[in-house]
Amino acid sequence: MPPESTLRPLVRLSRVSPYLTVAGVVLAGGLLFVAAMGVRLILAPRAPTAMKLTTYECGVDPVGEGWAQTNVRYFLYAFLYVVFAVDAVYLFPWATVIRSPDLGLASLVEMAIFILVVLIGLAHAARRGLLRWV
Amino acid sequence: MPGIGVLNDDAPRPIKVVLNWGRRYSLWVFNFGLACCAIEFIAASMARHDFIRLGVIPFAPGPRQADLMVVSGTVSDKMAAAIRRLYDQMPEPKYVISFGSCANSGGPYWDSYCVTKGVDTLIPVDVYVPGCPPRPEALLQGIIRLQEKIASETLSNKSIRAKYAGSRRAGAGEVTRPLLTQPQATQSK
Repeated sequence: MPPESTLRPLVRLSRVSPYLTVAGVVLAGGLLFVAAMGVRLILAPRAPTAMKLTTYECGVDPVGEGWAQTNVRYFLYAFLYVVFAVDAVYLFPWATVIRSPDLGLASLVEMAIFILVVLIGLAHAARRGLLRWV
Repeated sequence: MPGIGVLNDDAPRPIKVVLNWGRRYSLWVFNFGLACCAIEFIAASMARHDFIRLGVIPFAPGPRQADLMVVSGTVSDKMAAAIRRLYDQMPEPKYVISFGSCANSGGPYWDSYCVTKGVDTLIPVDVYVPGCPPRPEALLQGIIRLQEKIASETLSNKSIRAKYAGSRRAGAGEVTRPLLTQPQATQSK
């Protein structure tokens, strides 16, 4: 087994702050976007005629407005989305503090209240018959 | 001002080869299925004669997401305006395959009162596929012929400006010269 001193890397990855990692990922994503749009700017053909910028409606002149009305009963999809998905997002940071000695118990009580409130909404949805398989 | 990016004109030949390669093997086809030839087009997109293996992805959601338009079927005069407008709405660089004898020249309806005698009276066509209807293999050959054409093409400022010179910018329903007599205003808004 070679000695430790010859294997020590310049920067130990475990010592890099997680915030720096996230910043690196965000920067890489932004650079990718800038590179792609930059390549498009210097390489792509463009011919912005008036006809090309018209609204698309299957080749005919568009009629009416861009807004359309939907039935209000579809609010139930938004309701169930809040109950399941938005609630799950708030549960993820709880997992990082539940084992800590000073925050663990307090966070349990707070999250219990939060989940209770969300459960009341879920019970209402179940009473309305929204959770039955169609 | 129509044109091309600054680097493309002066790009060295290897880069142009790579760009042409990318463009010809990633065609996204906006199918203009009008009549019986549309069925042959659909057959060419399905399992037996698959054109996805040539890189052509079928059924673009609209003209703005497409770069190849396959006009398959008889073009009636009523439909001609829609074809012109949808071709105008496609972004550069765009290619057109005229599929079937009706789209090539009016086909068996060359003497009809309301058939456009060939879609090339409306839009510039790159490849003509003859047949009534052409076999799906003929469409595959047409696509390969178009890919060879793209491989040997050079996009330049001059060619794009020539394509959109002067009155060629007019779309369906537009006039670029003044009307001879003004229309009467028959009703108030």
